[in-house]
Amino acid sequence: MNSIKVSFRLNRKTVDLVVDSRESLLDVLRERLDTTGAKKGCDQGQCGACTVHIDGRRVVSCLTPAVQVAGREVTTIEGVAGPDGELHPLQQAFIDNDALQCGYCTPGQIMSGLACIKEGHTTDDAEIREYMSGNLCRCGCYVGVVAAVRETARKEAGR
Amino acid sequence: MKPFAYTRAESVAGAITALGSPGAQLLAGGTTMYDLMKLRIETPETLVDIQGLKALNYVDHSRPDMLVLGAGARMSDVADNAFVKKNFPAISESLWRAASQQLRNMATLGGNLLQRTRCSYFRGGEPFPCNKREPGSGCAALEGLDRGHALFGGSTSCIATYPGDLAISLLAFDAVIEVAGPKGRRTVPLAQLHVEPGDTPQIEHVLSDDEIIVEIRVPRTPSGRGSTYLKIRDRESYAFALVSAATGLTLARDGSVEDCRIALGGVGTRPIRATAAERSLIGKKVTAATARAAGEIAFAGAKPGHHNAFRIELGIRAVADALQTAKTRAS
Repeated sequence: MNSIKVSFRLNRKTVDLVVDSRESLLDVLRERLDTTGAKKGCDQGQCGACTVHIDGRRVVSCLTPAVQVAGREVTTIEGVAGPDGELHPLQQAFIDNDALQCGYCTPGQIMSGLACIKEGHTTDDAEIREYMSGNLCRCGCYVGVVAAVRETARKEAGR
Repeated sequence: MKPFAYTRAESVAGAITALGSPGAQLLAGGTTMYDLMKLRIETPETLVDIQGLKALNYVDHSRPDMLVLGAGARMSDVADNAFVKKNFPAISESLWRAASQQLRNMATLGGNLLQRTRCSYFRGGEPFPCNKREPGSGCAALEGLDRGHALFGGSTSCIATYPGDLAISLLAFDAVIEVAGPKGRRTVPLAQLHVEPGDTPQIEHVLSDDEIIVEIRVPRTPSGRGSTYLKIRDRESYAFALVSAATGLTLARDGSVEDCRIALGGVGTRPIRATAAERSLIGKKVTAATARAAGEIAFAGAKPGHHNAFRIELGIRAVADALQTAKTRAS
């Protein structure tokens, strides 16, 4: 076993850990840091359920070796709501637009949607669909997901 | 996953030195390497991490003759680069039509060029024989489900498709790569980077174990502006190509073709340049008939297996459609 000391920021708090070189960021988040929002769907980078942000950019945490986040800022779904638990507008929009059924893919959808809005890939529904295609929803709530991302992007643009 | 040692490179020179140890391999974005390690198909003794090397992460369009891309640049950043979108839409499209935005935020250009095949027998491991994974074991695809397998460049050892998109658009524009190794730097035309499987499908490219792709250079040409990358997939987005076509055109004042670029993806054991199809259009106007004829020439040598012959007609039409888009952009 190759153990490596890593230090990084998780949802604005510093984390110091010794990780095995084989461990994925997803496994470290879920099994060792009690942040189980990011989900393990495929573990092969094909479903997007494990999407988190590293230094503000969306990535799949299942294909991120934990050693690679040393010195970086990781944000998961647990870091999205406000300090008193008030929902982020995109979280509320997911509820308002029925953008989920079972909810398993939702943390990944929301982390991806936040980045999609920030990147500016929300010109029209076709572009939202293209840039949200890395997040699969087996309940088929895609229409709601697109509506939630569209609505939140429009509100943010109007501010 | 098999245990491995991890080392973070502080420079390209340091990475090359570290690659000299037995069983050492590069880690950049990780989207292919770490994935294949989980499947126990890649089993490095040591991973040399070059993800953090800022010296490899750039897009330089200051040269009048060349677009210069750092091998460590992320796919998403190059896809969204305004200069690339305007002057080489085919390159931008070949990037954003690949994978998902999450993966494109991670994956580097250099790593993407060397992405390994998605052949399910290669990825599936035991009990499937695979000459690429385990030389001499046989090929399950030859008599198996070959719907996505290669129409060009296959051998009796392997018919695995080269899966990348970026290499196809780069090939259409005569890109070259710069490689750094223990003996210094050398330049390799992209057309010579990948090799056909022959009897040694485990060898996929001409680079040695301790060499690193550091830069990609693309000669600037008017055909870059009049270009597109059309990718046909089983679903609209986030899938590998059933067939793809990169096309670029330069038109004379009367609309006749002065320069034509056609490269094919998703159908070969390596990226394919359709030079005879390109020549067929020189001096002619792009019409439904000439575009279709160019597509037919491009696929004239296709060798289908059991379940993939439909991709020949699909490919002919993809070439024809991509030529029409290129014509609109070149006009």
